[in-house]
Amino acid sequence: MNSTRLSSGGLIDRTQPINFTFDGKAYRGLEGDTLASALIANGVKLVGRSFKYHRPRGIMSAGSEEPNALVEIHKGESCEPNTRATMIKLFEGLDARSQNSWPNLKFDIMAPLDRMAPFLTAGFYYKTFMWPAAFWEKLYEPFIRRSAGLGSLAKTPDPDQYDNGFLHCDVLVIGAGAAGLMAAVTAGRSGAQVIIADEDFKMGGRLLNETHTIDNDHGIYWVSKSVAELGTMPNVRMMPRTTVFGALDHGTYGAVQTHSDAIAVSGPRQTNWRIFAKRTILAAGAVERPIAFANNDRPGIMLAGAVRAYANRFGALTGKKIALLANNDSALRTIEDLTAAGAETHLIDTRTGSHIVDVKGTNSVRAVVLNSGEKINVDCVAVSGGWNPNVHLTCHKRGRPVWSDELSCFLPNPDDLSADMKVAGAANGRFSTHGALQDGARLAIDAVSALGFDSKKQSLPQAEDSPPNIHAFWFVEGKKRAWVDFQNDVTTKDIKLAHQEGFISVEHLKRYTTLSMATDQGKLSNVVGMAVMADATGKTIAETGTTIFRPPYTPVSIGALAGPHQGKDFKPTRLTPSHQYAAENGATFVETGYWKRAQWIARPGEQGWRDSVDREVLMTRNSVGICDVTTLGKIDVQGTDAGKFLNFVYANTFSTLKVGKCRYGLMLREDGMAMDDGTTARLSENHYVMTTTTANAVSVFRHLEFCRQCLKPDMDVHLISVTEQWAQYAVAGPNARKLLQHIVDPEFDISNSAFPYMACGEITVCKGTRARLFRLSFSGELAYEISVPARYGDSLITALMDAGKKYDVIPYGTEALGVMRIEKGHAAGNELNGQTTAKHLGLGKMISKKKDCIGNVLSERESLNLEDGLELVGFKPVNKSEKLLNGAHFIGIDDDANAETDQGYMSSVCYSPMLKSYIGLGFIKSGSRRKGEIVQAIDLLRGSNVEVEIVSPHFFDPDGGRLRV
Amino acid sequence: MIINHPLLGPRDASEFVVLGDASLIDRPNRKSETAARDFYEYQYLRNNPAGEHRELWFHEQGDRSWLVVTRNTLTHKITHVELAREFARSQGRSK
Repeated sequence: MNSTRLSSGGLIDRTQPINFTFDGKAYRGLEGDTLASALIANGVKLVGRSFKYHRPRGIMSAGSEEPNALVEIHKGESCEPNTRATMIKLFEGLDARSQNSWPNLKFDIMAPLDRMAPFLTAGFYYKTFMWPAAFWEKLYEPFIRRSAGLGSLAKTPDPDQYDNGFLHCDVLVIGAGAAGLMAAVTAGRSGAQVIIADEDFKMGGRLLNETHTIDNDHGIYWVSKSVAELGTMPNVRMMPRTTVFGALDHGTYGAVQTHSDAIAVSGPRQTNWRIFAKRTILAAGAVERPIAFANNDRPGIMLAGAVRAYANRFGALTGKKIALLANNDSALRTIEDLTAAGAETHLIDTRTGSHIVDVKGTNSVRAVVLNSGEKINVDCVAVSGGWNPNVHLTCHKRGRPVWSDELSCFLPNPDDLSADMKVAGAANGRFSTHGALQDGARLAIDAVSALGFDSKKQSLPQAEDSPPNIHAFWFVEGKKRAWVDFQNDVTTKDIKLAHQEGFISVEHLKRYTTLSMATDQGKLSNVVGMAVMADATGKTIAETGTTIFRPPYTPVSIGALAGPHQGKDFKPTRLTPSHQYAAENGATFVETGYWKRAQWIARPGEQGWRDSVDREVLMTRNSVGICDVTTLGKIDVQGTDAGKFLNFVYANTFSTLKVGKCRYGLMLREDGMAMDDGTTARLSENHYVMTTTTANAVSVFRHLEFCRQCLKPDMDVHLISVTEQWAQYAVAGPNARKLLQHIVDPEFDISNSAFPYMACGEITVCKGTRARLFRLSFSGELAYEISVPARYGDSLITALMDAGKKYDVIPYGTEALGVMRIEKGHAAGNELNGQTTAKHLGLGKMISKKKDCIGNVLSERESLNLEDGLELVGFKPVNKSEKLLNGAHFIGIDDDANAETDQGYMSSVCYSPMLKSYIGLGFIKSGSRRKGEIVQAIDLLRGSNVEVEIVSPHFFDPDGGRLRV
Repeated sequence: MIINHPLLGPRDASEFVVLGDASLIDRPNRKSETAARDFYEYQYLRNNPAGEHRELWFHEQGDRSWLVVTRNTLTHKITHVELAREFARSQGRSK
């Protein structure tokens, strides 16, 4: 193995080797390495294939901006694609694999794509795969996906843990380089609560990568001293490996902290923090940018700062013979540092008119050819086109950076910054170490003073203060392809072609060429691309514009965003009070909202759900059945204006309801459509209890509070949801009263005369337990709803079932409930579907004209009151053995089925064991006047066409005699 | 976003449900001669300003107060928060 590791120096521990594999081959790195530095130290140059042309690629940077070295780590369900090798802290047993190559990295079968480059220009896919349209799905898309994908996703749930957390601080410092550390130390000393976050696992920023001196000593000593001091401050929280990825509103920041790259560790792998900061100092530094020249994507061509980082921080040489192509002074340190490390170096300074016109070598650089014609044999090229301040977080709230000609870069626009954020150091274009320290100290003092902390001016450490001396140089003209966006394979030619084809706006250019739209979001390519565009249009960069950066700063895994909110922690389950009873007795449950409700309760020997449901209906109608209706929303309404309030929110009147009585209520939306329905009971003069449907319990309560607080602010009325406080059961069937008489304490007379249909009252059951009884019926039978405080719910169902044994009582589920309500023609959620009015539902007369209520004015609109409007009626198949389908449309008996002949739709169907055929409810034009007519019920999707007769929606016991006995 | 609740202090926006334009408080009088038109406009026509906007937010995960929040839709800057009930009274609403 060709180790390039230097014998001394760097922030690595040569006594602690770490074993890892890359593409199955075993390597050894050191504690302190990233995966990228370990690969470089092992002489690995080729690490991936490019996205579009499958060109061989090597490591280019030493930070989160890395466009090429994307690898897959871990296997199976934990497989993590597109991980930047520069950001993985090396750990024992790491299994990393290259992406986008097959069968292997060196002999990629798709590599010949590169020779087809003349055909694969910008917009190639748009232009080529236009027709025939039928080919797209079967041929083109699978082909493009296979050839252009990056990593592959695990298709099973991620087994690791992720967490969410919340933090509050006075000062948030983003970035722990010279500026950030200085700011954190200064703010920390004042006693303010400080958080300092950095994406690297080591704090120090560029000071770790350079050989700068601070106070006449190596810069890393100042870093260690500062980090140690921060460690002693209880008011400072240091967060390494934490990327602040988004600046949200009102001083809120999103930050993701990686605790471990390894899997199956105890505790979460990542935490997604929400940080609330009173003041923020953005000290995110700068990212070096490349220069576009022919074949500038060959492995071994790297950013100059990265070449120094690998030598200085990781003690690994990126090459033995290194050419430096630079347009500024900062890069000249590369010559100094790398010569000291033992490499041979060649300076190519664009400011003296010299540049590279071509590169020799495919899987790694062999030589560069200069514009003078000179050819220099090298194995590494260090490139510096200047530095781009990391202004991203200043843009998340609509800030637009401004161009500086002097510094040749975009700077944060101070006018766009919110008052609580200031930018320090290189992120603000102050590239010298002295500038960074000065900014950090000054802004920290400003921040803590504004918050009322006492801060003294401190003397600054001594550091270099050299100007960048940059002279813009973006790309080399030439016929060969010169890369701008390495990750998405966009070259200077593509940008010029896009311009020729009329893409003048930068935003259009980006989308057409895909420039800067890869996972690195153009950290390296954006500004170079704009410079090429500016050149093509003959404008300046400032005139060409800027593009806006959006969160996240670097990719955030969905797992981290979800945190612990997975499975039942995302969608909890609500259990009814009779859940245990139902589960023990063979219930099948259905999820309605978060509730689990018994759908049917099977008896041994029953073949399929219909057997159970038919039996439940018949046994209830013949004797007695019990259904848990706790899930209905219950809202307690109290106050001297309670009746008036209900008059306002319901279409019908409630102030006239007598104490001890219930009434059905229909609630409208302001636009006149039916919103919800239910019954409301008046327990005393100023006390009502409203029920809502299960599905709308939350939204109705919200609506009622809106009506109360915003529309009727002076009404004396108070609301509270008591859905979970009361367990409620429907007891239905001819023997319902007899059964209840065993439960209800004898001092309460519930005979038909004393407690008639629609009566309600507060009672006691089972010798003194507080309860409420409502004589309501959804099933059409003699029926009651009985409620007890929720904690007695389980006891009550047992007591009811025991007491009912002699009547063959059965529990019934939501299916039987649905069958019985369809047999009775009661509307439910399928009918109150947001598109139906009271009139459509046959309840038009319920809307009181005497009073103001939500929805009454707009329900009178002409289009909702047409002569031939939809009306709710019943439907029976002409041939009794035929099945009806919910969703079928009604078409005249001689008509073809199309939109013009459509007369309405079937909303609910069931098999009625009482009528021994399918029955349905549905809406059809002028329905109530067409009883006896035969129409077709057509469902084209499921290929069904049934002749049905229009009938009354009240199939069973139409005059309601069974209710009142 | 953080909403400075007049009773409970600064609260995270995730505790709230937003309804929209606070003009929903200005429910017309059904006895007016132009009631049909007024209700139509109330129900369907909204201004959608790029700038200051009064909005209704419901503190559903909190004390269930409806709030009127004055928020700049361009910057998300919140300049004023008051109880919707107080605001409704100031607009002349009562029983």
